[in-house]
Amino acid sequence: MDLITVWFVLLAILWTGYLVLEGFDFGVGMLLPVLDKEPGAAKDPTASDRRRRTMLTTIGPHWDGNEVWLLTAGGATFAAFPHWYATMFSGMYLALLLLLVALIVRNMGLEYRHKRTDVTWVARWDAAIIGASVLSPFLVGVALTNLVDGLPMTAHLSGATEYTEFDGSLLSLLTPIGLLGGLTLTVLCLTHGAHFIALKTAGPIRAQARGVATRAGLASAVLAVPLLVSLGVQRGGGLTWVTSALAAVALLAAIGANTKGAEGWAFAGTATTIGLTVVTYFLMLFPNAINGRGDGPALTLDAAASSSLTLTIMTWAAVVFTPIVIAYTVWNYWVFRRRLAVEHLPETADVH
Amino acid sequence: MDVLELARWQFAITTVYHFFFVPITIGLSAIVAWYHSRWLRTRDESHLRMAKFLGKLFTINFALGLVTGIVQEFQFGMNWSSYSRFVGDIFGAPLALEALLAFFLESTFLGLWIFGWGRIPEKLHAASMWIVHIGTVLSAYFILAANSFMQNPLGYDINDETGRAEMTDFLAVLTNKVQLVAFPHVITACYMVGGAFVLGVGLHKMRQSARLAQQATDEAGTKGGPDHAVDRRMYRHAARLGAVVTLIAGLGVIISGDLQGKVMTEVQPMKMAAAEALYETPPDGQCAPFSVLTVAGLGGENPTHVIEVPCLLSFMGTGSWDGEVQGMTELENEYRASFGDGELTAAETYIPPIAMSYWNFRLMMGAGFFAMVVAAWVLVATRKDRVPMGRWVAPLLVLTPLATVFGHSFGWIFTEMGRQPWVVFGEMTTSQGVSPSVGTADVWTSMIVFTLLYGGLAVVEVRLLLDYIRRGAEPFEEPRLIEEDEPLEFAY
Repeated sequence: MDLITVWFVLLAILWTGYLVLEGFDFGVGMLLPVLDKEPGAAKDPTASDRRRRTMLTTIGPHWDGNEVWLLTAGGATFAAFPHWYATMFSGMYLALLLLLVALIVRNMGLEYRHKRTDVTWVARWDAAIIGASVLSPFLVGVALTNLVDGLPMTAHLSGATEYTEFDGSLLSLLTPIGLLGGLTLTVLCLTHGAHFIALKTAGPIRAQARGVATRAGLASAVLAVPLLVSLGVQRGGGLTWVTSALAAVALLAAIGANTKGAEGWAFAGTATTIGLTVVTYFLMLFPNAINGRGDGPALTLDAAASSSLTLTIMTWAAVVFTPIVIAYTVWNYWVFRRRLAVEHLPETADVH
Repeated sequence: MDVLELARWQFAITTVYHFFFVPITIGLSAIVAWYHSRWLRTRDESHLRMAKFLGKLFTINFALGLVTGIVQEFQFGMNWSSYSRFVGDIFGAPLALEALLAFFLESTFLGLWIFGWGRIPEKLHAASMWIVHIGTVLSAYFILAANSFMQNPLGYDINDETGRAEMTDFLAVLTNKVQLVAFPHVITACYMVGGAFVLGVGLHKMRQSARLAQQATDEAGTKGGPDHAVDRRMYRHAARLGAVVTLIAGLGVIISGDLQGKVMTEVQPMKMAAAEALYETPPDGQCAPFSVLTVAGLGGENPTHVIEVPCLLSFMGTGSWDGEVQGMTELENEYRASFGDGELTAAETYIPPIAMSYWNFRLMMGAGFFAMVVAAWVLVATRKDRVPMGRWVAPLLVLTPLATVFGHSFGWIFTEMGRQPWVVFGEMTTSQGVSPSVGTADVWTSMIVFTLLYGGLAVVEVRLLLDYIRRGAEPFEEPRLIEEDEPLEFAY
């Protein structure tokens, strides 16, 4: 495997890490208004707030680190495939702007929600967290699906070599398949987040989360099948049918495990689904970084890649430091492994 | 405005704004970690209270530094795609390393620190904040290495076939001599910001505690409550610690800044000339003066300097009182001859915006000196448990931290303005780096969105900070390890 392929694989790993980890953060954010009361019961503001705080505390020590996977994916794309980085982010300008705003608003919500107790303050930041948790995976899903489905591109000359430049607008991204990709990822994150809450909480929230997970899991299966089939028909080959099928099997297994109360397996199942979907997407891209719309010119990995020296240096950095990062991340999850119940929360949410 | 101008404004707004929070993060994390470690050593209750109190202020500030940093990483691709294509081979690597080595450390261990009360061993807990600090410093190293490449590109070749810069020596990029002076300059300035912040908060709370103690004495007719006296001593410690940090760091800023002036004169002589608005190279045998202020003459006519220190610019630029500092006219002619015909390097003028360079250079130094003078005064005014109660002290509490933060911004504006028209010195002009596929409407949209969003967040952050400062440090509580079914010490 040459270094360009190595870095393509590493980017697939970074995107998998990002979507598996922040995927459940997003899901938890979306579930705040869903799991904050008993089904059918009247809403009790105090109890509902304690439930929301319990859910947020399950991701509290982790969400910030989870987001770094996106920043690392961005930085690695810049270093390993500068043309990819430049074309993707200047091409998807307004969509990326929207994603950045969503991430900013969501992070501020997570950091600031508990800094004050007055009701309006909390309600506003909650709205920010919930809205942005829906919007972020949707936008990421639209963007990644567009890379695979194909963007309108034109060929340009830089020095003596040809490269391609995005040649559309925000509207070029809003294709039916792109929107389906966004919707699928959003619902998949919702399922993943429900599994995470079921895995990390004790008491009534846990049982409720399992109920939501089953329904959301079935909905994401219904969405994922047409998405992967239509992309597969257009861009796929033998291998992508295998990975797509495995992704579907993992999702069904996750739903099954969840209904049996095997929450760890259910969570591992949706994590596998997300990972295999990223693998499917990357297989459909290869050997391109961005597919051209229809038969239009594509941005190839070879044209997008950095020099072999840069790729070599980056490879060594990744080989040495990625295991260290993974080790302390795993340890961080181990430290905060215990299940949380509403009763475990201190009265006020202040740093003491 | 055209796309280039808009993209430059947006970059300036978002970067300067991001950099309000970064130096506080770097400086304050060290002081929080220090207090936390001192508590373990001395078991002095007030040290733990200060670690938690300053830790709260730290997390409020960290949040904004983080979210505005995300924009920075993607903005190169969004607005400067030609630049990103041209230097991605070199510039991308430090950015990726920054994420891999620094961001993961910072965010993971900050999570541990915030949620770790009662859940991890106390030494590990204190170490977490030190690791956060190390992360912030590493992050600064990589991003400054990337910036130094733009100021003084080396360790690369231009590939004739692709027309792109390609890395030949990564170590050279990481040990760029511009970087070796810029890094200590920026980091010591960050400690100054942290010091001045703690100085301001400490002195304010010390005065408040003294006032409350006085009130209690007046009302009860007995000596003021013991709590206020304890608080006053605690905050006095913070004020003095902040002052010492500001002074020592300030000394570091001066030394590194002096070294930086010499490197700058060597690799970017135009920037040094613009810093003094020096048009003509002084004749052979004559040295270049430094003016503290100029009333008129930045346009090249006879300058009216308010105070002129003879030969100081020569010393700042070369280390010798009679060293030669080139003027802008001569440099412009040199640059025209060597760069004037390239596609990426031809510019209308090679002279940077002069007033911006001249004034930001002086504002940067003035702000730093101001903070150092206040810090020295605080050490004198609080000796032997004295409390400076004068009314005129209040504005100083606010102005001193602000001066260090703004001093940073002035410094950055100077260093980035002073290298115009270059985005990569000698290789690519800023106008060549802008994204060709992005339209003015797009950049207008993003600029307005970022400006409004950032403005709103600034209001929220300042209010929260003031709120938490007003509340002050929590009463001391003996730390304890939490058993399986007990409530947590901290949760959202």
